[in-house]
Amino acid sequence: MRRVLLADRVATGVLWAFAILVVGILGAIIVHFLLAAVGTFSISFLFGNPSDTAIGGIGPILWNSLYILVLTLLITVPLGIAGGIYMAEYAGRGRLTDAIRLSQELISSVPSIVVGLFGLALFVNATHWSFTALGGALALTVFNLPLMSRLTEQALRAVPADERSGSLALGATKWQTIRHVVLPLAIPGIVTGIVLTAGRIFGEAAALLFTAGLSTPSAYDFGNFNLADARSPWSPFHPATTLSVYIWKLNSEGLGSFVRQIADTSSAVLVVMVLVFNLGARGLGRALQRHVTSA
Amino acid sequence: MSGNASGGPGTSASEAPAASGIKIQVRDLDVFYGSRRAVRDVSMDIAARSVTAFIGPSGCGKSTLLRCFDRMNDLIPAARVHGSVLLDGEDIYGPDVQPVEVRRRVGLVFQRPNPFPMSIYENVAYGPRRHGVSDRSRLDEIVEQSLRRSALWDEVKDDFRRKSALALSGGQQQRLCIARTMAVDPEVILMDEPCSALDPIATQRIEDLIEELAATFTIVIVTHNMQQASRVSQTTAFFWVDPDRTGHLVEMGPTAQVFTSPKERVTEDYVSGRFG
Repeated sequence: MRRVLLADRVATGVLWAFAILVVGILGAIIVHFLLAAVGTFSISFLFGNPSDTAIGGIGPILWNSLYILVLTLLITVPLGIAGGIYMAEYAGRGRLTDAIRLSQELISSVPSIVVGLFGLALFVNATHWSFTALGGALALTVFNLPLMSRLTEQALRAVPADERSGSLALGATKWQTIRHVVLPLAIPGIVTGIVLTAGRIFGEAAALLFTAGLSTPSAYDFGNFNLADARSPWSPFHPATTLSVYIWKLNSEGLGSFVRQIADTSSAVLVVMVLVFNLGARGLGRALQRHVTSA
Repeated sequence: MSGNASGGPGTSASEAPAASGIKIQVRDLDVFYGSRRAVRDVSMDIAARSVTAFIGPSGCGKSTLLRCFDRMNDLIPAARVHGSVLLDGEDIYGPDVQPVEVRRRVGLVFQRPNPFPMSIYENVAYGPRRHGVSDRSRLDEIVEQSLRRSALWDEVKDDFRRKSALALSGGQQQRLCIARTMAVDPEVILMDEPCSALDPIATQRIEDLIEELAATFTIVIVTHNMQQASRVSQTTAFFWVDPDRTGHLVEMGPTAQVFTSPKERVTEDYVSGRFG
C-alpha cells in the first residue's frame, strides 16, 4: 500500500516537473526578447520606416505581415469552412474520402520550406508575378487550407447529435439543420481555430522567403490605392517581407549598425503578437461559446 | 397521488379509439441494422386521437419501430426497413415520399430533452421558420399558442423571448420540446421515453399534458414504466425480444385488458413484474 502511495507521489512530482519545464522554456523565451527590446522599443519602432543608419522602425514590415495574414484568411476561411462542412456532413465512407483525408494530413506535414519552393515555381515564376504578397498568401494557403478544413470538421463533429436530430425531427432539411443549428454551435470552435492558424500564419517564415520575397518598399504611401502599382501598400502585387522573414534576413545578412537591436526587438514584437493571437483565440472562443449557448 | 387518476383516462379511453379512425397502419414490418434483424414482422393499427403505449424490455425494438413512423431511422446509414407504414392510408416509405415531409406530419419527442441552445421563443419558432413562416405576428401567435398548449406559458411568459432554453429545468425543457413539436402542427406525436430523465413531479406534468394532447393528436409513447403506460394510454402494445435479439410484437389491445387479462403468458409475466 505504501509503495502505491510512493509511486503516486513520484508520478505527480515528475508530471509537475515537466509542466514547469514547459512553462519555464516559454517564459524564458518571452523574457529574453522582452529584455532585449528594452531601450529599442518605442511606438515609432512599430510604425516607423526601416533605416540602415539608425534604429528606425518596422512599419512597412508589420503592415506586410498583417496584409498577408488578412489575404490568406480571406482565401482559406471560406474555402476551409466549405471543405470542413463537406467532410463532416456530406462525405460518405469510401476511397475518395480516405484520399482527401490522407492528402490533408500529408500537405499539413510537408515542411514549409518545400511549400515555399513550390510557391516559387508556381506563384512567382509560372505566373510572372515575381515576389508578391499574393504569392506569399497563396503559398500559405497550401498548408493552411487543409488545416482550416480539418478544424471546421472537428468543430462540426463536436456538435451533439441530439441537437441535430431535434432539428431533423421537426422536418428541417439537412442543409437547414447545418445552417441553423450545427454551424452556429460550431462557430466558437471554428473561430478559435481561425485565430490559432492566424498566429501560425503570422509567424511563418520559410514558405514566404521565396514567394513574398525579402524586400519591401521602404516607405508606404497609404493614399495610393492603385492596386496594380507594386508600390501601393494596398496592392497584392507588392513584394512583402513579413516580420519573421525580416528577422531571418537581419540575422543572416543584415549590415547596418543596429542590426542586433532591430532583430531582437522585432522578435519581441513577433512573440507578443503570436501570444496575443493565442490568448485572444481562447478568450474569443469562450465569449462566443457563452453567446451562442445563451442567445 | 395518481393512483386513482389512472381510472379516469381508462374510461374515456374505451370510447376514443372507436370514435375515430385508424391513423397509422403497420404491415409486415422488418427493420434491419446491417445484416441483423432488429424488429421482425410487425403489423398493427394505431388509432387516431388516442394514446398508444409501446412497452417491453430493453432491446425489444419498440424505439426502433417508433422511429420508423417518422423515418428517423433513415439517419442511421446501416438501417433498412422492409414492409409498409401507412399514414392515413399512404405508405410513408413509398418511392415519391420525402422524409422531410413525413417528419412535418409526425413529430418526435426524444428521451433526453434536447432544446436548441437558443431562447425559448426561438426554440418554438424554429420549426415554423424552417417551413417558411416569417411573419412576425404569425410567429408570435404560434409560439404563444404552443407554449400554452404545452402548459409552459405561465412559467415563462415574462422572459421567454430572452431566456435561454438551457436555463429551464429538465421537465420544463421537455415541455418546451413538446411545444416545439406542436408548433409545426403535426398530426402524430411520437414520444420516446419522454419522462425517463425526469423526476416524478415533472413526469406527472408531462403525463397530464399527454392526456390533454390526445384530444388533438395521435400519440405513440414508448415507455419502460408500466404504471405510466397504464395511466396515460388507451391502447398498449407489448413487445418481446428473441434470444437472437430480434424484437417483435407479442400482443396489442386496450390498455386495461393488456394489464389485467393479457392473452399471452409472457405478457402477463412481464406486466406483473415477474421479470423484475
